Amino acid sequence: MFPELIDTRPLRRAVDDGLNWVVRNWGGELEAAAYPLLMFLNWIERLLLATPWWLIVAILVGLAFLATRNWKLPVVVLVALVFMGIMELWRDAMVTTALMLAATLTAIVISIPIGVWMSRSMRVRQIVTPVLDLMQTMPSFVYLIPAVMIFGPGKIPALLATIVYASPPLMRLTDLGLRNVDPAVMEASRAFGDTPTQRLFGVQVPLALPTILAGVNQTTMMALAMVVIASMIGAGGLGYQVLQGIGRLEVSRGLFAGLGIVVLAIVFDRITQAYGKRLQERFGLGEVR
Amino acid sequence: MDTNGTTADLAITMRGVTKIFGPAPETALALLTKGKSKTEVQAETNHVVGLDDVSLDIERGQIFVVMGLSGSGKSTLIRHVNRLIDPTAGKIVVNGEDVLSMSLDQLRTFRRTSIAMVFQKFGLLPHRSVLSNVAYGLEIRGVGKAERLERAAHWVEVVGLSGYERSRPRQLSGGQQQRVGLARALAMDTDILLMDEAFSALDPLIRSGMQEQLIELQSSLNKTILFITHDFDEALKIGNRIAVLKDGAVQQVGKPEEIVLNPANAHIEEFVRDVNKARAIHVRTIMEKGAFEPCEHTVPMDARCEDVLPWFAEHQWVGVTNADGGQIGRVSARQVIRALAKYSPDVADPV
Ligand SMILES: Nc1ncnc2c1ncn2[C@@H]1O[C@H](COP(=O)(O)OP(=O)(O)OP(=O)(O)O)[C@@H](O)[C@H]1O
Ligand SMILES: [Mg+2]
Repeated sequence: MFPELIDTRPLRRAVDDGLNWVVRNWGGELEAAAYPLLMFLNWIERLLLATPWWLIVAILVGLAFLATRNWKLPVVVLVALVFMGIMELWRDAMVTTALMLAATLTAIVISIPIGVWMSRSMRVRQIVTPVLDLMQTMPSFVYLIPAVMIFGPGKIPALLATIVYASPPLMRLTDLGLRNVDPAVMEASRAFGDTPTQRLFGVQVPLALPTILAGVNQTTMMALAMVVIASMIGAGGLGYQVLQGIGRLEVSRGLFAGLGIVVLAIVFDRITQAYGKRLQERFGLGEVR
Repeated sequence: MDTNGTTADLAITMRGVTKIFGPAPETALALLTKGKSKTEVQAETNHVVGLDDVSLDIERGQIFVVMGLSGSGKSTLIRHVNRLIDPTAGKIVVNGEDVLSMSLDQLRTFRRTSIAMVFQKFGLLPHRSVLSNVAYGLEIRGVGKAERLERAAHWVEVVGLSGYERSRPRQLSGGQQQRVGLARALAMDTDILLMDEAFSALDPLIRSGMQEQLIELQSSLNKTILFITHDFDEALKIGNRIAVLKDGAVQQVGKPEEIVLNPANAHIEEFVRDVNKARAIHVRTIMEKGAFEPCEHTVPMDARCEDVLPWFAEHQWVGVTNADGGQIGRVSARQVIRALAKYSPDVADPV
């Protein structure tokens, strides 16, 4: 056994007391700060639930067609969504989609600027990268506990946990994409006397867009991967059905809800990937000359 | 040539410009000034010498060609002129302004208005059409959309890419992309043009056409062109003056025929050996000057040896006339042959 060098109990107690102190003194403020996020999530959820099912199917099938310009993907999307409806999973699927969309959109707003910042400063990258590693490897239950303590069980901690879990790949890929922009193009732009802003929005971001989109795709997938865990603290949706299936030993309920999550993953993954591929083809990146 | 480096009729002056690539250039610079060679410095300090004490004077309205083999530092040199690279030591003056003391803002204005560049690696924006690529420099400068697209369309036509306006760069061949880069620089209409191997991706026919266009452009608009090439024939054809670069150091600067007739060292002699000297040498540089009796046939003073050769079949002497048509000298077959034979391999110096 490893020898007990110091007594760690005071340390543990300090951490617990510190958190309790935060909850007691700042709980209200933090909750108020997170309130807009909740509003945002609820708004998306209401919107999705109020939209007729056929319109949502039509939009997703249309997006799939626009992204690929052939009928294979739209047919897959159509069949997948109809399956979801027939299995009586539509409502839960919309709740889950709302959580995924809210988390992904928030992650985009936060991660892309941080990715840009990382790409510009070695120092920032050195500081942020280990934090990202931590965010990705730390089991999400660990930060669910303080989140639930602060916000109480419900959608806010679920959303925050999903954002924390889903953001890192987008930050990494934004940084990578921006740093990998062809230096010859950057130099040409510089030679014409561009400002840093002109270079960022006129050259770097457009050229890094396929990589950034790959990041958005991964963020979407990771957000979907969180739904079961998120439903444990009150997010509802397909994840909740899976939990119930486990709790009641109803294999069918868990299985179909699980398949519903798979269907959502396939639909969003294929559509975002197809857009990335289209962009890449337009630029002729990765093409050998 | 003047040496203080700030005379008004000089477009570009470089004085003792040295560039060393690496994390601690000062130590390598000390070795270099002690007289060590590029290879020695590289072996000892792991620093690459890009330029070694380069001093050049480029007069306004000249096509100045920098010639050298791959890795000799040509691209490094041209990048110093608009300060895409900061030198380790030395001074660079463009249009009478010290480029190295410019603030970022001044530098930006300078790049937008005074100098345009064509890149060896094209540097086109892959997400934009040919037309908007050509308009890019003007867009950066802040020219309105209608005007910049109109000007861009004009230059797209001049470089022979009409019909490709809507294409993306990746849909074009290498030579076509090169011409997009060329049009993008020309559309800026700056007094100084920097051209890094601007023609090397072109096929011989288009290349020859572009060379003539460049000479024409230079003389009609009086532009100063710094032209980089690894092709000695091209240098001879378009250059008013040529600098030969090796290992980052200038080996010789002079008019084309000065270099052909008097190569400064064995390295340059190697270039000269394979070159079409009849094209390089102007007859006026080898003629007997003076008022001789008028010759039956005359050529203008910018004629080259290859232009007079056919006439020696029937004439012993061919006259050389100035712009007004007055004869200023004459040349014989013997003189031409002597000039051509000089420094040719396996021929003893006949002089
Ligand atoms: N950014 C850099 N970092 C380190 N070394 C460099 C850098 N740029 C150029 N060099 C070195 O400087 C030397 C000159 O390179 P440069 O690109 O100027 O050659 P060049 O004459 O343009 O050759 P080419 O005809 O092949 O284009 C080379 O030895 C090269 O390795
Ligand atoms: Mg080069």
